[in-house]
Amino acid sequence: MSSEPLLLDIKNLHVHFAVYGGRLNVLDGVNFFMRSGEKVGLVGETGCGKTTTMKAILRVLPMPPAHVSQGEIRFNGRDILKMSDNDLSQVRGRGISMIFQDPTAALNPVFSIGEQMKAVIQHSAERGKQSSRQETHQRAVASLQEVALADPERLLRSYPIQLSGGMRQRVCIGMALSTSPELLIADEPGTSLDVTIQDQVLRLLRTLVEEKNTSVILITHTLGIVRETTDRVYVMYAGNMVEVAATKKLFANPLHPYTQGLISTVPRLTGGGIASGIPGRIPDYLNPPPGCRFHTRCPHVMDVCRTEKPPAYRVDEDHEVACFLYRDK
Amino acid sequence: MAEQVNISQDLAATITAQQISRLERESRRENLGRSWYKFSRNILSIVGIATVLLLILLAIFAPYVTPYPKHAGAFTDFAHAKQPPSSQHLFGTDQIGRDILTRVVFGLRSSLLMGVVVLALVVPPGVLLGLLAGYFQGTWIDTIIMRITDIFLAVPPLILALAVASVLEPNLWNGMMAVSLMWWPWYTRLVYGTASQLRNEYFVTAAQVTGASTWHILFREILPNTISPIFTKMSLDVAWVIIIGSMLSFVGLGVQPPEPSLGTMVADGYRYLPDQWWIMLFPALAIVVVVLGFNLLGDGVRDMFAAEEF
Amino acid sequence: MTDILTATDLKKYFVIGHTGLPKREPITVKAVDGISFIMHEGETLGLVGESGSGKSTVAYTTIGMYHPTSGSLKFRGQDLFPANEKRPLRLRKEIQIVFQDPGSSLNPRRNIKEILEMPLRIHQPDKNRLEQIIHLLEIVDMPPEYMYKYPHMLSGGEKQIVAVARALATNPSLMILDEPTSALDVSVQAKTINLLLRLQKEFNLSYLFITHDLSLMRNVASRVAIMYLGKICEVAETADFFQNPLHPYTQMLLSSIPVVSEAEEELKPKKVISTGEIPSPVNIPSGCSFNTRCPFVMDVCYKVDPVMVEAGNGHTVRCHLFPQPVAAGG
Repeated sequence: MSSEPLLLDIKNLHVHFAVYGGRLNVLDGVNFFMRSGEKVGLVGETGCGKTTTMKAILRVLPMPPAHVSQGEIRFNGRDILKMSDNDLSQVRGRGISMIFQDPTAALNPVFSIGEQMKAVIQHSAERGKQSSRQETHQRAVASLQEVALADPERLLRSYPIQLSGGMRQRVCIGMALSTSPELLIADEPGTSLDVTIQDQVLRLLRTLVEEKNTSVILITHTLGIVRETTDRVYVMYAGNMVEVAATKKLFANPLHPYTQGLISTVPRLTGGGIASGIPGRIPDYLNPPPGCRFHTRCPHVMDVCRTEKPPAYRVDEDHEVACFLYRDK
Repeated sequence: MAEQVNISQDLAATITAQQISRLERESRRENLGRSWYKFSRNILSIVGIATVLLLILLAIFAPYVTPYPKHAGAFTDFAHAKQPPSSQHLFGTDQIGRDILTRVVFGLRSSLLMGVVVLALVVPPGVLLGLLAGYFQGTWIDTIIMRITDIFLAVPPLILALAVASVLEPNLWNGMMAVSLMWWPWYTRLVYGTASQLRNEYFVTAAQVTGASTWHILFREILPNTISPIFTKMSLDVAWVIIIGSMLSFVGLGVQPPEPSLGTMVADGYRYLPDQWWIMLFPALAIVVVVLGFNLLGDGVRDMFAAEEF
Repeated sequence: MTDILTATDLKKYFVIGHTGLPKREPITVKAVDGISFIMHEGETLGLVGESGSGKSTVAYTTIGMYHPTSGSLKFRGQDLFPANEKRPLRLRKEIQIVFQDPGSSLNPRRNIKEILEMPLRIHQPDKNRLEQIIHLLEIVDMPPEYMYKYPHMLSGGEKQIVAVARALATNPSLMILDEPTSALDVSVQAKTINLLLRLQKEFNLSYLFITHDLSLMRNVASRVAIMYLGKICEVAETADFFQNPLHPYTQMLLSSIPVVSEAEEELKPKKVISTGEIPSPVNIPSGCSFNTRCPFVMDVCYKVDPVMVEAGNGHTVRCHLFPQPVAAGG
């Protein structure tokens, strides 16, 4: 067992939002951990809370109406939720970087790429060690070269609107990695891109991450991407982690009924028609179902599921499931 | 080839008409609840709406709630002139002996009336022109409407109002005409921006390809999406119209004496500073309260229309 | 089988601006650059392509939003764009569309009842609208209580179902589905697609199904056409298309898809690494427009634009790798 602290350790995170009608109890005790050097996937559908979790890590949730009622988020041992603003701003950008789903929205249209990249680089320079303009420029150029963008000098003078979607996403990746963060959170990095470009961008991400030994959290609702790009996967449903396993194991042997349902609904290149989907809809966070939040849609529901929330059962060395079906393993 | 089944056949409804009207009522209630929730998040919005409601009530019931309603007309009482605030005259009396409290409330009445009338005159044509220009952006309709709007906007507003008001006989109604003339272009501009963006939305395309008339698209599809900035601007505009109206009466146009007008009262009263400070202070404060009340209300209205995230 | 939609050398160019003085030449985007296809009544024709391919332009031209620059588009033999007249209501009712983005295809300030009322009021002004609306909701498995909800209260999947109901309201024969499930989660996608398939059987609809998701296409379409920069590259029956992709672009696309099982991995053509960016449709390369990225590019590809040829079994492809007809007169 490794004795070094986990890179990221989220324990029992509860987040709710105050809205008309009461509280949206979105995150209901989220547990998540990863070690340095891992590529972890976070899979879940819209509304499951994955973006809320990631935003909570960087503390960019809008604080009213969001409230963190319980839990801790430890980055290299220190609780982010309790950090001072100063310490937090050190973590953001240098410790943890994030890239978003829509690169067009992530780049400011009225500033050139160069201005934006240099701002990022300078912000994350160590206190008191501001680089000269020359050095900052060199680092910006180097970052663009790393993401395989041709003619970086000209690109630095360009504006986001002059670039294609794939190029913009690569610029965002370059910006995120230019500060050499320990952890990169990639939120649906390929979704707004064409398939062939998405393929390029994801392969680039894999290469870079391996070169720099950056750890990655890859958030997506596209199962195929997770299968190709990650070592370990968390499956999230309605504010809970329902299953976590090494990627190969998860796809070869999904245990949680939700995971099984999810994988079965992915249309196959080999044909076979469209699966019927998972009946029901995601729970109303105002009045979430008691017990296991998935029980209203579960084909294997039992009495205990309706009243008690299942803990995570360890089924194998790196495979855990939060489901009463596996109570006796 | 299978026969085309007629989708829209008359069929026994699986839900009764009673249930439908109950649903409708419930959903209306929920929408109101939701709107109030959004409005009331900020306590200042409540202060705003309470202030405005109070002012409106005062204005409507002015003759019944003021201590000396006759002082709002031709009235002189030099024996009691320039008296400081007392229990008989809460705001004191002015240089002619009239009760200032009463006159402030009546002055409020004409200010609010001006706000309401001007907006009623200005908003419908301004919005209509903005919708047309925005939806037909790029065509001659757009060019004509927006260039006329530009011309009106180019003239310094107060000068335009003064010019018009001085040509016409000075009274409240003509003052309102003058202000209206310079106010409508702002609504056209506002709606033009929103409408020209909205016409590219998929739901407008859906209406177009199905064969909806232009009237339907303008008023049923686009207009509802411009309501938010329009109403917010309207609440803030009431305050502005009142200020402009006060400025007009300050320079002698608009409401004529002996009818009270907040602006005139400030103008007259300023001569009696600093000794008879109350003659100017209370009407000035009244203007401040009205403007502040409507501004806070406007903020609340903007919050109410904000898109919900969850 | 009658042909519900026939396109013959359809072209749609957009002039997006002009070069500077003194020449002031128009800058043209050749969104659709000469495509021909036939859609049969009752089938689902899949149209695949990435950005700039022109697939959305084809969709919007078919519903009448754009007028073709040249070429013809016929619905059951009837010209859809006679002499630049406005499309009559009876044709409008036959061809409907479901858009990609459920968020903006429904008016956020109108409730579901009002949204569904719009097509009914235009095309069936005499009947009892409330009954019709409830009936429509029933057809798409949506409880009548949803009538008074606003779009933001609905999930993405539900919004899309309302969009389908709206399209269905006019009793159309041809539905254009422009990426109907791209914005949806995979389990919601399954439900929506199943609904669409059921409706197709029940009402004998023909679907022009546009998507970039090839795995989905495999299970939905009866025939597939793939487009690149305004031209069709390959058309085939679905099984044939996936088991035997002929065009290099098709192979490139198929090899880039992330899949979830070993069986699919084996089906994918061996990896054709895509290099370079998709050229902008303003600057289409001369010769075959795919020559900047094609791993099998030859000299002739830079000079001559290939034409569509038969490769057996209704499988057509447009590529110099396949014998091209000898030039006329030769």
